Amino acid sequence: MITSARYTFTAIRLHWLVALLIFAAFPLGLTMSDMALSPLKLQLVSYHKWLGVTIFLLTVARLVWRAKHTPPPLPDAMLAWQRTATHAVHHLLYLLIIAIPLSGWLMSSAKGFQTVYFGVLPLPDLIGKDKALGDILKEVHELLNYGMLGLVIAHVGAALKHHFIDRDGILARMLPFLDKEKSK
Amino acid sequence: MIRLLAILSLLSSSFAYGAELNAMQLDQSTIAFISRQMNVPVEGAFKKFSVQINIDPARPEAGRARIEIDLASIDAGSADANDEVKGKSWFNTREFPKASFVSSAVKALGGGRFEVAGKITIKGKTLETRAPFTLKQEKGVLILDGAFPLKRLDYGIGSGVWSDTLVVADEVLVKFHFVLK
Repeated sequence: MITSARYTFTAIRLHWLVALLIFAAFPLGLTMSDMALSPLKLQLVSYHKWLGVTIFLLTVARLVWRAKHTPPPLPDAMLAWQRTATHAVHHLLYLLIIAIPLSGWLMSSAKGFQTVYFGVLPLPDLIGKDKALGDILKEVHELLNYGMLGLVIAHVGAALKHHFIDRDGILARMLPFLDKEKSK
Repeated sequence: MIRLLAILSLLSSSFAYGAELNAMQLDQSTIAFISRQMNVPVEGAFKKFSVQINIDPARPEAGRARIEIDLASIDAGSADANDEVKGKSWFNTREFPKASFVSSAVKALGGGRFEVAGKITIKGKTLETRAPFTLKQEKGVLILDGAFPLKRLDYGIGSGVWSDTLVVADEVLVKFHFVLK
């Protein structure tokens, strides 16, 4: 069974753009939090926050788009538990991609450093400066990120398994050129 | 008769307002600042300072002030920053533990606003500066509130790699709030 129906091009572009930004923001966050204070660190922290705000906004756009455009159906051959797992992972990923920037934003406020998007647009501080709360939110931000890392590994692993082992064409829903290659 | 009334009212006003105030209420007073890091405003403050202000609310122009700040008492917004700014490229508090301000003149700007001129010394460098402030009397205390921009690089605060003003802006807004009786 080959699933040829693909996601809309808008959904595909947004998916890969957000994926790319997450693959930049995640190691950037790890690197900068281990750095001693320096001008470079201040720059990297700002870039990380700008990436986070951008990921959040694009994900809101994705959710709005998805609400109006039904994703292509999963292959009939997929077992019930696989469908359940697929939906669970997708929902959790969306949840985390929304929750992680929010936790970072709150953490910044609690640590007394406002988020100023691209150094131009100040985001309001929803909470005041509070060191203890800032430390807790940092832990939360990190934990959510490691949770997302696990989900991304599952997500990528499943996509590769479907492509190389099941060969059910499911990856072509998100990478249409795979379909074209096949049809050549 | 009118002249007598005028003299009487002058006398009474001088009795009511003619006293010079100089008792600083340090626990209610603050010296704070806002720096900009990557255009993010970051609040900081100095926790230890001594202030001598002699001011007559009826004649603020005759007022004078002498302020000394214990630079190591800085709260620059985070523990990391507090360690960093005591170091050589910032305040170098080991060699220069104190910053000072000595007023030279006060002039009225009108509308309850004044401007103090004086000398600021930081890291061994002394520069003329001016700061506007307001005076407010309430519940038996006199409150001086003011703020002025200070160019950190003029005093060599944050030299070397930190002199990049795109990361940390040159201008720091210094805010003071003094309460005296």
